[in-house]
Amino acid sequence: MIHSKSVARWLAMGLIAGVTAVSAAPASAQSTLDTVKKRGKILCGVSPVAPGFSYADDKGVRRGFDVDICRAVSAAVFADPEKVEYVPLNTNVRFQAVQSGEVDILSRQNTWSFTRDASLGLDFGPVVFYDGQGLMAPAKLNVKSASELSDAAICLLPGTTTLQNLEDFFRPKNIKYESVVFENSDEWRNAFFNGRCDAITTDRSDLASVRAIANDPSQYVVLPETISKEPLAPTIRQNDPNWRDILNWSVYALIGAEEKGVTQANVDEFLKSEDPEVQRMLGVNGDFGKMLGLDNKWAYNIIKSVGNYAEVFDRNLGPKTRLGLTRGPNELWTKGGLLYAPPFR
Amino acid sequence: MTTATDIAEAQLKMPALREPSVERRLFHRTLKPLFGTPVNAIVTLACLWIVWLGIKGAYGWLVTRAVTEGGAQACKVGHGACWPFYEAKLRFMIFGVYPYDEHWRVALAMILFLGAIGITMIPRFWNRNLLVLWGVTIVATATLIWGGVFDLSYVPTTQWSGLPLSFLLSAVGLAFGFPLGVVLALARSSKLPAIRVIAIVFIEVIRGVPLISILFMASVMLPLFMPSGITVDKLLRAQIAIIIFAAAYIAEAVRGGLQAIPRGQHEASSAMGLHYWQSMRLVVLPQALKIAIPPLVNISIGFFQDTTLVTIIGLLDFLSTVRTAMTDPNWVGIAVMEGYVFAAVVFLVFSYGMGAYSRFLERRMRLGYD
Repeated sequence: MIHSKSVARWLAMGLIAGVTAVSAAPASAQSTLDTVKKRGKILCGVSPVAPGFSYADDKGVRRGFDVDICRAVSAAVFADPEKVEYVPLNTNVRFQAVQSGEVDILSRQNTWSFTRDASLGLDFGPVVFYDGQGLMAPAKLNVKSASELSDAAICLLPGTTTLQNLEDFFRPKNIKYESVVFENSDEWRNAFFNGRCDAITTDRSDLASVRAIANDPSQYVVLPETISKEPLAPTIRQNDPNWRDILNWSVYALIGAEEKGVTQANVDEFLKSEDPEVQRMLGVNGDFGKMLGLDNKWAYNIIKSVGNYAEVFDRNLGPKTRLGLTRGPNELWTKGGLLYAPPFR
Repeated sequence: MTTATDIAEAQLKMPALREPSVERRLFHRTLKPLFGTPVNAIVTLACLWIVWLGIKGAYGWLVTRAVTEGGAQACKVGHGACWPFYEAKLRFMIFGVYPYDEHWRVALAMILFLGAIGITMIPRFWNRNLLVLWGVTIVATATLIWGGVFDLSYVPTTQWSGLPLSFLLSAVGLAFGFPLGVVLALARSSKLPAIRVIAIVFIEVIRGVPLISILFMASVMLPLFMPSGITVDKLLRAQIAIIIFAAAYIAEAVRGGLQAIPRGQHEASSAMGLHYWQSMRLVVLPQALKIAIPPLVNISIGFFQDTTLVTIIGLLDFLSTVRTAMTDPNWVGIAVMEGYVFAAVVFLVFSYGMGAYSRFLERRMRLGYD
């Protein structure tokens, strides 16, 4: 099983490489917006299971941070966040699903990187979550920095870049370590909790949730180093500027709304706001929605039905959830974070 | 000199003589193999001890230490089975992302389907009415699951998931794979070289690659050959891949059966004036398929479990819905054991059921090999 899975992964990588070499991007005759409107729903590629980002609740309804991005776009296009059909996609088929038109948006914790952007026939929307690979170790090892992890057994999940990042970080420092790969995240987590690994490595957001799951979170420390940049951004087909604008500005509406203090609860009051930018954003003034080929109330609909960025974050990942993530770099630029929406004018 | 009375007396005495021998037979049959020699006795006691430990552990986990009330937090603290997890997630684990308010439709469809299988399994009902039964069942289950007619809302295949999806993939895979497999087996033992070569290449190529890569081809390669904008349903693609894969394996099982039929049978049926198809249908295949029952059941059990591989192309089969339930942020890391135990029990029940039925069939056909 493990063997055949890794075979499949190699196969997929080979296929994607081959296919993109031949057919860059299938030029669609119709714009994505027209196709989506005609179909009456958006096809949204999500991860089958990723706690906090995409999962199914007790009633089988998809929820999560990545899911809310698609709901926001749906609200912008249809004035209804539920006009989305979710297509669960695994790591090894995700980009191909965008290329072949199986999904209109891929909102699936994708790292935006040069090769993906330049060679896969894809376009990336704005970064919705700034992540980075980190390491976590048991507190009793008394490790203060990743550089002290010599000869450590480091457990990780098979990922496209996880092992490579680790190698890139340790090799120049001449630090020897042993990597132990687990196919299944439950096994991986338990191996760490049971002391079979001296440290684990994955994206910092995942480390935080693993720590939150532990019986006693104070027994584990996330080490200070961030060994890779993982800007997660939704992905769409290349060469559809209108669809790209819609995705971009749907995300910027979430961020912009937080900046202006507009929330799901008070958005109706903000319709009377004197702030000209809020007026333009919410469609009180100007024809901003029309420029995107949408209703002028597009951003109002997003905030009314999905909320602003802070609400989306807190609902799915924030301190009140079991994952208990803090905003970190995913804070507004005005508060020392990296989130920045271009002006609505 | 033996007289009639002597014999009668002897016969009367015989039960009295036999009685100890019954006990001795009991001893020989059961106790001696278990405790006959010191080594056997030690092995037996050790096994009993292991069984006892297993039962004690399972009972402790399921009953004494079980957490029956509270939520995720109670289960995190407790060390036994987490019943609130089942309470919250059972329907999701079985039906997956199928619309919650429509679960009754899939449930009813599953009952109909399993009922039809149950009836089909009873030899008394083996007649042409079964075809009618299956015609009705297929139409009814498809209508229920798909919807779009009679006020039933339409449910797209992307929302089909959980146990019904596993049943669907394996049942349809085997139902279509079987006839295709029989045809392939016949083609492979055909006298016509072209047909034989095609069958051999098909079977060997399919058997030469893992199911997972065929699924992958179907889900990744196929769409790229389609004109842009046209997508073939993902479930259908996976289903076709499974049918093709099942056919190749079934073909080999059936071919084994065909080879076990002596040449004389073919010759005798030709001598009776039966042409190829008649002799196959009336004489050879019925015998060959009987012989092929054990490997065919093996394949069926295997395919029921292999449906879990569709998770790699993003279909939510039963095992994936169980794993999805376990990664709900409220439960992640808490109900790992509970989820896998549930999945194991469900797979065990259905796989054991299939195995038990095949042993019954073999006995009925007087083909036991032990």
